[in-house]
Amino acid sequence: MSELTLLLIRLAFLAVLWFFVIAAVGVIRTDLFGSRTAPAGPRKGVKPAKAVAKPKSKKGEPRQLVVTGGPLQGTTINLTETPITIGRASDATLVVSDDYASSRHARLFPQDGQWIVEDLGSTNGTYLERSKVTRPTPVPLGVPVRVGKTVIELRK
Amino acid sequence: MSEVAEASVTMPAKRRVAQLAMLAFAVAIVMGAYANVGLAMGGAIPSGMLTYGLGLGALMLAAYLVLARFAPWADPLILPLVTLINGLGLVMIFRLSESPSTLPSAKLASPSTQLMWTFVGILMFSLTLIFLRDHRALQRLTYTAGAVGLILLISPLTPFLGQEINGARIWVGIPGVGQIQPAEFAKLALVVFFAGYLVAKRDVLALAGRRLLFIDLPRARDLGPVLITWGVSLGVLVMQKDLGSSLLLFGTFVAMLYIATQRSSWVIIGILLFVGGAIMAGMLFNHVQQRFNVYLNPGDPVLFDAVGGSAQLMQGLFAMGSGGILGTGLGQGHPELIPLAFSDFIFPATGEELGLTGLMALLMMYALLVERGLRTSVAARDPFSKLLAGGLSFLLAWQVFIIVGGVTNLIPLTGLVTPFMSQGGSALLSNWILIALLVRMSDAARKPPPQAIQNEGMTQVFQR
Repeated sequence: MSELTLLLIRLAFLAVLWFFVIAAVGVIRTDLFGSRTAPAGPRKGVKPAKAVAKPKSKKGEPRQLVVTGGPLQGTTINLTETPITIGRASDATLVVSDDYASSRHARLFPQDGQWIVEDLGSTNGTYLERSKVTRPTPVPLGVPVRVGKTVIELRK
Repeated sequence: MSEVAEASVTMPAKRRVAQLAMLAFAVAIVMGAYANVGLAMGGAIPSGMLTYGLGLGALMLAAYLVLARFAPWADPLILPLVTLINGLGLVMIFRLSESPSTLPSAKLASPSTQLMWTFVGILMFSLTLIFLRDHRALQRLTYTAGAVGLILLISPLTPFLGQEINGARIWVGIPGVGQIQPAEFAKLALVVFFAGYLVAKRDVLALAGRRLLFIDLPRARDLGPVLITWGVSLGVLVMQKDLGSSLLLFGTFVAMLYIATQRSSWVIIGILLFVGGAIMAGMLFNHVQQRFNVYLNPGDPVLFDAVGGSAQLMQGLFAMGSGGILGTGLGQGHPELIPLAFSDFIFPATGEELGLTGLMALLMMYALLVERGLRTSVAARDPFSKLLAGGLSFLLAWQVFIIVGGVTNLIPLTGLVTPFMSQGGSALLSNWILIALLVRMSDAARKPPPQAIQNEGMTQVFQR
């Protein structure tokens, strides 16, 4: 093996190693810039189909539930058509371990493009901003909902 | 129809194609590295390359299939990153076993053994994923895990079973199988215990106490757990002469305490306790003192020639120095001159051949792996997973820091393995189990919320 070939192989190997690192960062760039819900491969031509398939997605409709206070702070859940349950029970969508929360504390569900919060008979109550939720109430964007020590918010 | 399409928009992507592509890329890099070693050392592509390369490829494909079946939502990067790090370790061990060396320890480098342990590691990874469907089951085993961890930790001290090798009493001999390092498994059990314990006790540790200057001081009686862990880790240091495990154990506990309570006072208390304990141990015990002397004066000729002196550390530094920015090229340096280059000192050995550029790429891979773990912790929906994922990621990061800091003489050298790279069955096995736990939790964290079977009803079907 000539010196030159080995030198080229050596440089190529280092370049490939770094290319792997850069490719890995590329895979997670959706994580770093913006939400994880971004389409996986914009080049695959999936995007136009999706744009057609969501006629009801209006401006101002929440797409994410963000925990803004309490031990689970920073957690996000992407909103689908599925109701979200909050409580201490291990089958809840958002499991809070909090002495002030009931096992099935509250429920959030979509109705006519709005998200509604409903208290499920909790001991300490669910609060929308300052007022106690006594019957199913619509949750506007960015308004804090408090369950025990956990505070959640809907965001776009 | 439109509802189905809508659901597919909002769900996080599985990224299976990306994962498979990255995995193939990682295996290809490893095969390229094998070819490079052979070309440089023998002038031909080594005959073992296909066996090793295809063997590794088949193993990773099997691991991928298990992952795709049992944890489809898992993070797409964890497995490829581990594959590449593990593969580069295999190549380095292969390369070290090829080069003639006069050192007595050089004969111990065995790429086939390491490949066998990689196989067992991936088997353990798969079994963990298959049998542990819900990681929250571990929360019920909190105190069991704590007891198991402690027993494993002290097991090398039992007469007849425990064995002392290279000055550290951290081995347990099993007749017919060989030796294992129980501390490697103990750390996993203890992280599970810490996570379960802190979930239960977090509130009192975070809230009670009073404020002094800028830090919130905890109550005296809440110091109990921290003091007990401190005592145990100092016991490991003194009785087993294992500085690395001691630092690893205590650091991980303090970091998890910080994650759980968000109070920096715990970190300050932890650092003060450990530094105080280490200085005391340094004054009282010879082997700790010798480590400090080597750390402070590695270039001292007397220490260099002494048994257990600074020769190994200096050879590692020389190796990285001769590697420089771009390295000597795989198979073209002399990493075989470093004692134990295939285990504790695989990092400087890699540094000589790949240079600073290669080492930085390697550290980036570890950093990305830890980042994926911490990301899992942030995205997890229950406190136990948050703490467990955070703790396991920190364990990995801390382990890399302790050994890399040690071989670069940033901190006193301790005998820890470089995760996934160093030759050693116990460490490889336990680290693969750690990765399986991270994969299991990232699957749970990234999975979309449970789907309802009807929109208005209360009845829901939960996927486990």
